[in-house]
Amino acid sequence: MRLVAFLALSLAAVGAGIAVFVVDSMARATVALAASFVAVGAVILLLDAPYLGVITILMMLMEMAVMVVFMIMYMMNPAGLMPMSMVHNKRGARAISIGMFGLLAAGVVMTPWPQRRGRVPADPTHALGEAIMGSKMLVMIAVSAVLFATIVSALVLATGRGRYDPPEPAAPTGEAGS
Amino acid sequence: MSYPVWTVPVAAVVLMSFTATAAVLDAVLDSARRGGGWRERVGRPVWEAARLLRQRRRTTVAPDALLWRLGTSGPLVVALLMAVVIPLGGRAVTDPVVGVVWFNAFDVALWLLWWCAGWGANSVYGLVGGYRFVAQALAYELPLMFALTAPAVAAGSLRLSEVVAAQDRVWFVVWAPVAFLVFLLAVTGFSVWGPLSYPAGWDVAAGVLAEPSGVDRLLLLTGRYALLAAGAGMATALFLGGGAGPLLPGWLWSGLKILAVLAVLVAMRRRLPILRADRVMKRAWLVLLPLTLVQLLVVSVLTYGGS
Amino acid sequence: MTLEMCLLLAAALFSVGLYGALSQQAVVMVMMGLELMINGLVVAGAAFWYFLSPARADGQVLVLVVLAAMTVEMAMGFAVTTLLFRAKDVDMTDMAGELRR
Repeated sequence: MRLVAFLALSLAAVGAGIAVFVVDSMARATVALAASFVAVGAVILLLDAPYLGVITILMMLMEMAVMVVFMIMYMMNPAGLMPMSMVHNKRGARAISIGMFGLLAAGVVMTPWPQRRGRVPADPTHALGEAIMGSKMLVMIAVSAVLFATIVSALVLATGRGRYDPPEPAAPTGEAGS
Repeated sequence: MSYPVWTVPVAAVVLMSFTATAAVLDAVLDSARRGGGWRERVGRPVWEAARLLRQRRRTTVAPDALLWRLGTSGPLVVALLMAVVIPLGGRAVTDPVVGVVWFNAFDVALWLLWWCAGWGANSVYGLVGGYRFVAQALAYELPLMFALTAPAVAAGSLRLSEVVAAQDRVWFVVWAPVAFLVFLLAVTGFSVWGPLSYPAGWDVAAGVLAEPSGVDRLLLLTGRYALLAAGAGMATALFLGGGAGPLLPGWLWSGLKILAVLAVLVAMRRRLPILRADRVMKRAWLVLLPLTLVQLLVVSVLTYGGS
Repeated sequence: MTLEMCLLLAAALFSVGLYGALSQQAVVMVMMGLELMINGLVVAGAAFWYFLSPARADGQVLVLVVLAAMTVEMAMGFAVTTLLFRAKDVDMTDMAGELRR
């Protein structure tokens, strides 16, 4: 039962991932990527990690909803009504990625993986919370600092006006950042 | 505690009956439209549903049919997925360890779904409505997340049955009134309802609701009421003690509380002005977000301060 | 369901993402490819946690860090795209050649 669900979800995840680069419409590409993430979240749910699975679905759906805005803003032909080719070096990229998959798959199959140590705790979510608030707290503090730095620097890069510019820029194209 | 899998249709029927109640209540309160006294208005949702079922689908030039159908049917599906974790009298269809996050994940799914409902029609009004929803969602989502965190922190659990059980002495609405109000506001936000119905505003010819017709429109309108019902159910479980109450059985108390919250939500539609997305954004980030954070601090201190 | 199967899924997602990141011209599509590659890492992290060392929470924390990395990637990616577009009206990687220097 779990195996069937896993195979179906894996096919859905990879299929939706391929669809991202096949469909013409940017909206559909983003929704396909969201579908891939939801399938991956469901795979994680199958791995007895309910919090990680649901949080993956949550974060990725939100990211994709923001992404779709930028996708449509920055792509010519966002709806795919006038199909055009926006790729370069397709053959080389395909060869490299298939080669990469072969390499990774060989590594996966041939590596002698260590035996499983320990058992899944009764409540993995609780274990995760204990780890974040205990032994792994430093990791999370570092992540929070990185995220804060990201907010600031992304705003500095993306905003069209500096600190002393008038609040509403009249011209659509202005100086970037500080 | 959870019921077996076959109770999923039962949960759907329960959700749909609350949904129908919301629709009827909204029709009764709708005094602006002509059509006689409240007696005639009670039946209006039924006639409207019948009309939409018979109506031929109107289509636009080059719509993105796949995403449009996804967007119009999505809200109802999301409401059903929310409903399966909502306890009715202490028991739900399923009671996942991360029930609160489950609810949150599906209300985030609405970002993409409402956007698709607007985008798919390939019409300017729908598109503007869809973008308005994303802008508005950016405003209400963070306060909603912290509002959801408050009961979870107070109960020390993300499991909804434990959140309900932790309210046996004091309902969390007493400790977390701000979180409760923010939660209700966010429910109107993801249901595109009342003060936050800007994505379906009349200034853009009903925005996301402008183009869907026939069955699509019926699904979308039903989904809206169903989302309100699911939100009311969640508010009852998180803040109003679930099925707790004297004399009557638990499921009846749950139902009564859900009906009361639902009535408040439905009545909001004609009592409050519609807010523009940029104003919502400003107030949400500058007022609501700090308020919910302080609320969270208060709840944390009250919960863990003594021990 | 074994560790190998999960890792093969991760490898497949990673390779599809790599194809996208290498072949697409638009900056935003390149970012879609990167997201898909990181998606593979999420699966791999969860699988390592579940199949190798479930008693310790390290694997779960790793997945959270990967998710955070993904949000950072997206925020910075869009910020740079916005900057490029604002400065040069450029939204294709081939046209942003001066980034090479």
